[in-house]
Amino acid sequence: MSFLQLKQITHYYFNPSNYTKALNNISISVDEGTFISILGPSGCGKTTLLSIMAGIIEPTFGNVSINNTPLKKTQREIGYMLQQDYLFPWKNIIDNVLIGPKIIGSHQEEMTEKAKQLLIDMGLETVLKSYPNNLSGGMRQRVALARTLITNPSLLLLDEPFSALDFQTKLKLEDFVSALLKQYHKTSILVTHDIGEAIAMSDQIYLMKAAPGEIHQRFEVPIEVRDLSPFEARKHIKYQHLFDRIWEELNSLETKSTI
Amino acid sequence: MKRNQLSDRNLFDNYIKKVKADRRHTRYMQLLLFLSFFSLWELSSQLNWIDPLIFSSPSKIFLLLYENTINGNLWYHMRVTVLETIAGFFIGTIGGIIIAFLLWNSRKLYDVLDPYLVVLNALPKVALGPIIIVALGPGYFSIIMMGAIISIIVTSLVVYSAFREVDANYTKVLQSFGATKWQCFKEAVFPASLPSIISTFKVNVGLSWVGVIVGEFLVAAKGLGYLIVYGFQVFNFTLVLYSLLVIAFIAAIMYQAVNKFEAWLVKKI
Repeated sequence: MSFLQLKQITHYYFNPSNYTKALNNISISVDEGTFISILGPSGCGKTTLLSIMAGIIEPTFGNVSINNTPLKKTQREIGYMLQQDYLFPWKNIIDNVLIGPKIIGSHQEEMTEKAKQLLIDMGLETVLKSYPNNLSGGMRQRVALARTLITNPSLLLLDEPFSALDFQTKLKLEDFVSALLKQYHKTSILVTHDIGEAIAMSDQIYLMKAAPGEIHQRFEVPIEVRDLSPFEARKHIKYQHLFDRIWEELNSLETKSTI
Repeated sequence: MKRNQLSDRNLFDNYIKKVKADRRHTRYMQLLLFLSFFSLWELSSQLNWIDPLIFSSPSKIFLLLYENTINGNLWYHMRVTVLETIAGFFIGTIGGIIIAFLLWNSRKLYDVLDPYLVVLNALPKVALGPIIIVALGPGYFSIIMMGAIISIIVTSLVVYSAFREVDANYTKVLQSFGATKWQCFKEAVFPASLPSIISTFKVNVGLSWVGVIVGEFLVAAKGLGYLIVYGFQVFNFTLVLYSLLVIAFIAAIMYQAVNKFEAWLVKKI
């Protein structure tokens, strides 16, 4: 029984002069505890798809359900992490992490303890009272992750959360996030245009093509690669094989679209 | 090595000295400008280079200031005008922010009201003076309204556009937790727009003065604006210039107060 199910999602964007078909007939089902990557060129509707999963955008057609319950009734189970951290610069770190519980209206004192614990787990115990501007990019993204995890979502949506970081920080954070998500047994969906990142982090990869956004192909990441940390996975021979296959597939999509 | 360290230190000391000397020099120049302006004024008035009846002279003005401070006249008129200005400022600013919120809250409302806001914004508000006075009666209330109406529309437009310009991803973060529109406003849109809101404060301080003084020109029986009109009617330009100086002084203080408030708030954010 799959945990998250997308059935025939189609989405249009309208504006006074034109319309775009952003997504066409997308069906995905995700098992609990797995890590899925959605890979594709810019403008293929990845972020739209993620926003639909998060319930921020209502799809034109199709429906999303978690554990067979329509999405609208299950808001709280979803955590969303954006391309940049979008920490509120006027709130200190601990208050930034506590924004989710505040919105939901859960018990503050209990949550403050939990937030502290989460930040300590992430190696951020020295900056609890600092402001986001005083933190490095990697630290800020870890705070954003803590903010996402504190409401204990069962589904995590990651919208290129590593793309704004420098390469070294990105590799470190990939390992960190991957280990953390395995530890908490979260179902996660990562949107990315980075083939390496998709292979290193996930169990399955959906390759999308643009205009209109459709699922082009689905790849299974070999079991040997899955069980390694992202950094180790990158060195595995099967990682390289899969990389090449996806690379070729992406290239063939591109040449098709230019013809 | 030692020589080098010493010279680093010395260089820094020299730099600090230079900065201080520069600042002192600026102050001297400002003081010089002030003194030469008033002495030239006094001199030319004494020697009849300018008509002392129209341009008065600093000595007469300061004498009047002294007398009025002693007999309480200054405080009496100043109090009225300052209270009207502050009230006008707050009503205009807070009202403008509330209107901006309503416009932000409903895109439809904004679309409907847009042309009216543009017209109202372009209209010189002091021209509404007579109507306001007839409608609300000649008194404090009309004058405060003059102080408020002059800034309310432009505040609402400026603050509204600040609300609109807040990065949508901040609200997206909150929406992913299921935030309501009001929660998005309170937690993201309003705090993110605070810098623009504070800059409208600075403009509004000046605008409220304009509204209140014009209001007093039209109806008041007390206040600094009234003194200007009265002095003009009885051809007592010492009184006019005296009122003008007091206004300039208090307006500068209010502006500085808003500046300090801004600095405090920015630090807090």
